[in-house]
Amino acid sequence: MADEMKEMVLEYVIDEYVDEDDDLDVTFDTPLISSGIVDSFSMVSLKVFLEKKFKISLPDSEATPEAFDTVDRICSLVRKHQG
Amino acid sequence: MAYTEKARELFQKDIQTIKDKGIYKEKRFICSPQDAEIEVEYPEGAAREKVLNFCANNYLGLSSHPDVVQAAHDGLDQRGYGMSSVRFICGTQDIHRELQDRVSDFLGMEDTLLFPSCMDANSGVFESILEQEDVIIADRLIHASLVDGIRLCSAQYDTFKHMDMKHLKKKLELHQDKRHVLVVTDGVFSMDGDLAPLDEMCALCDQYGAMILVDDSHASGFIGKTGRGTHEHFNVIDKVDLITTTFGKGLGGASGGCVSGRKELVELCRQKARPYLFSNSMAPPIVNASIKVIDLVTSSTELRDKLEWNAGYFRKGIEEAGLAVRPGNTPIVPVMLYNAKLANDMARDMYAEGIYVIGFFFPVVPAGAARIRVQLSAAHTKEHIDKAVAAFKKIGEKYGILGLDKKGIIEKYGM
Repeated sequence: MADEMKEMVLEYVIDEYVDEDDDLDVTFDTPLISSGIVDSFSMVSLKVFLEKKFKISLPDSEATPEAFDTVDRICSLVRKHQG
Repeated sequence: MAYTEKARELFQKDIQTIKDKGIYKEKRFICSPQDAEIEVEYPEGAAREKVLNFCANNYLGLSSHPDVVQAAHDGLDQRGYGMSSVRFICGTQDIHRELQDRVSDFLGMEDTLLFPSCMDANSGVFESILEQEDVIIADRLIHASLVDGIRLCSAQYDTFKHMDMKHLKKKLELHQDKRHVLVVTDGVFSMDGDLAPLDEMCALCDQYGAMILVDDSHASGFIGKTGRGTHEHFNVIDKVDLITTTFGKGLGGASGGCVSGRKELVELCRQKARPYLFSNSMAPPIVNASIKVIDLVTSSTELRDKLEWNAGYFRKGIEEAGLAVRPGNTPIVPVMLYNAKLANDMARDMYAEGIYVIGFFFPVVPAGAARIRVQLSAAHTKEHIDKAVAAFKKIGEKYGILGLDKKGIIEKYGM
């Protein structure tokens, strides 16, 4: 289940933020925010997706650039809120 | 005196970090009126140099136009220096009303409200009209002032890939359950000079019952066949619900901005927008001069036609010289260098050749997309442009990038 979630989030990140001509290899531990692939403004789309997909509510105080920096970290945050 | 040595050291460390990252903004002093030819002190304390300015937002060359300067003098003589008030207390003169009406006519909108700047207009417009049950869907490359305004507003927000209509459609479908949906875009994107496809965007907004706001700061006065803006270019004047724009670029170059659009939305800004309610009115000389600017741009298309020719002539020259230029048809021409240091070094060498341009890099543009942004003006002559192209060719040759595409430049200099 955990791996399924990671695959799902990774697929969303690639579809949402990576253009075909970007020539980027994004994996579970690729830095997203600190590398500039996802900027702090468009990060909100990821939050909207996670909340809808996993039926959770992520408080702004926890949806930080640090917590969203890799797919691994994002999934840890989601799991924490799935209770 | 609570500014302790410890606090000073910490702030100094912050400044040093900015310098270490190579993103420190150096001081440059213009010692002449703003124009195509200016006198510059750079670095600070150096002898003044006469250079050609290719980095101003002086698109129509009106910053020091004699008729505009005279109108500012007249405004000063007839209505005074300042208002010492916000608009709604005792800061609205007859000329503020006149400028608002003239702008509404010019843009083809129902009503207009002046703000001290377009940054203020963008800060105030969203919080005035939207609430928690609404959503804003914004292009990812919108101007920072729109981002700030969106963040100040309680509405939800989402983003779509830059000018990607399929992605926008997907987001409009996703947010169909919201009360109001407002799509937000720049008309002309300031870093790339590309035009938002307003015809397609307005069609999508019609289909999904969404409103659209366009920041036309880099378009008002010169985009479209009579210079009304991006909405005129795409023939959707009656489809755009809100325009924010500035008097600090093509329309004069001093300061001030506005929200223009559907009368109920503008009225809500008049009642609720905090930068309107808590910041001073535009000063009378600037208001009077802005009215003159509207006179000039509505009486003739000569300036926008010249700007269009200049932009095309420069673009052709720079492409023939073998530099990598982002495609487009606006007076913003990004010479792509991808590497931040290369952009900085080339801009410095261009200055030594008498051409004043600036390198832009992350975080102002995406990482790995560093460039020199060239901005054309109607005040440039053909000779000015020839000189700039020749300098780019010389400096491009020095760095060995002529004829190289994105891949070639990145292979040579990295990102």
